[in-house]
Amino acid sequence: MSDSLNAMRRRSVLEPQWFVPALFVVALLPAVIGVAGTASDLLADTRFFGSNPIKAVEHYFGQWTLRFILATLCITPTRQLLGWNWLAKQRRTLGLFAFGYLMLHWLAYALLDVQLDWHDLTIDLAKRPYIMIGMAALLLMVPLAVTSTKGMIRRLGGQRWNRLHQLIYVISVLGVIHFFMAVKKDIGQPALFAAGLAVLFAFRVQRWRARRAA
Amino acid sequence: MLVRRTDPIGSSEITPEAHYLNRREFLAAAGLLGAGLTGVALPASASAAGRAQEPKALGKPYGLQSDDKPTPYKDVTSYNNFYEFGTGKDEPIENARGFVPRPWTVQVDGLVAKPASYQLEDFLKPSAVEDRIYRHRCVEAWSMVIPWRGIALADVIKRAQPTAAAKFVEFTTLMDPKRMPGQRSNVLQWPYVEGLRLDEALNPLAMLATGVYGRDLPNQNGAPLRLVVPWKYGFKGIKSIVRIRFVDKMPNSAWNLAAPQEYGFYSNVNPDVDHPRWSQAKERRIGEFSRRPTLMFNGYAEQVASMYAGMDLRKNY
Ligand code: HEM
Repeated sequence: MSDSLNAMRRRSVLEPQWFVPALFVVALLPAVIGVAGTASDLLADTRFFGSNPIKAVEHYFGQWTLRFILATLCITPTRQLLGWNWLAKQRRTLGLFAFGYLMLHWLAYALLDVQLDWHDLTIDLAKRPYIMIGMAALLLMVPLAVTSTKGMIRRLGGQRWNRLHQLIYVISVLGVIHFFMAVKKDIGQPALFAAGLAVLFAFRVQRWRARRAA
Repeated sequence: MLVRRTDPIGSSEITPEAHYLNRREFLAAAGLLGAGLTGVALPASASAAGRAQEPKALGKPYGLQSDDKPTPYKDVTSYNNFYEFGTGKDEPIENARGFVPRPWTVQVDGLVAKPASYQLEDFLKPSAVEDRIYRHRCVEAWSMVIPWRGIALADVIKRAQPTAAAKFVEFTTLMDPKRMPGQRSNVLQWPYVEGLRLDEALNPLAMLATGVYGRDLPNQNGAPLRLVVPWKYGFKGIKSIVRIRFVDKMPNSAWNLAAPQEYGFYSNVNPDVDHPRWSQAKERRIGEFSRRPTLMFNGYAEQVASMYAGMDLRKNY
């Protein structure tokens, strides 16, 4: 009994060999499907994304951005609960994927939806609070993306890097608020993301309390 | 106010059916090729066979611009806002599959000389059925061109004989959460209600539709009876109507109740008055890549603008 438990722990200390390749496949698949589906809809009228593919893919990549932000925030709790410390390295990978999906979301908006109409882009930014919030989240994510290399972590030092990357909490809240504001009246989906985020935050608050009490 | 002229165009200027089918067939073939290249599996509905069944766009065009052509049947009947059957635009076609819009009763009451409750068939019988191709503009900044089949709303009103006190018409959708699953959530206040000023309801453009593309209205499009007011945003076109009531006060409308700052009573299509969260200056026609400018009153200014003369359309949005 205790032998097998120890064996499990020992195994969980090491990253399984298949993990990184699997992660990349899973994380890239929505992007490949999104880009290929959009291309086939726009070039060949295939309705992969339905009747209004530009709106649909804009939403699709917005949702994937938020999913990856939440996945990034899942890493630390998973690590701590299961003792999978090797997961820590993948936090940056997932964060970079989140940023990649945000770029695709922004491209769907700026390139396909507004079609780089400079006037409309600036009006949106000046007049539409949900765009301002989305853009704030995007701008806050840029420094996180550019400091996601090993070299940058070394240059900044672990503590400063960690503090900077706590911005992800602000970004995730802005992202969920942006989602609430983008929907018409059907707040079910954003509420689901908000609930997920609340659980992830609660976990951290509880840890922090426990640490202070100790 | 600057109003673009919208001369009704002859049906000869609408792309002939054969031409149109050829284009779709070409696109479908290209689609399969594209799918092969990109490695994306396509839903069966996107196949060439699906395209071949495109029904004929019947009817006289009203207010169409020279580059307006009917939106394919598939899009008209699968991209729908009908919250009684779910909030996603692809949900109504699925969730309304089992809905049986028969038998159907329409109640006509309120400030009228002849209140009555009709079986749908009796309600429709006295009126001439017409096919008309209208532009359709959703408040969410997308648009279609739809060949409707139906009767003139004015016809129904004249038969009911509203009294002098009647100033507005209120419409109500069926309330039946068992058959309309969306009504089990409180995303809107049920039943859906809508209203028109009496003169708007009497406008010759206002119709009660019973079909699209010469076929019976699919459930997801508001079977068996829905309102069509092409100079207003799509949500004014209340679906699955069971009651038409004549009143002296401005009626409520479902979206006005849900978000009064965003959706007014009039909700006339107006490129100069933004929705608080997005611009209404442009729209994306379903099936097109670039957005096109939105027209005042959706291109029906000539027929409807006089009803709003002297009104501040910014306040009366
Ligand atoms: C971290 C940043 C962001 C996140 C997490 C995010 C996420 C989302 C999500 C989940 C949706 C709704 C999808 C749906 O309804 O299914 C959405 C919609 C949208 N977002 Fe973002 N977004 C972000 C930033 C931005 C930025 C920077 C822009 C543009 C400047 C933008 C523009 C839009 C637009 C135009 C919509 C569609 C609204 C509509 O339905 O018309 N977003 N976003």
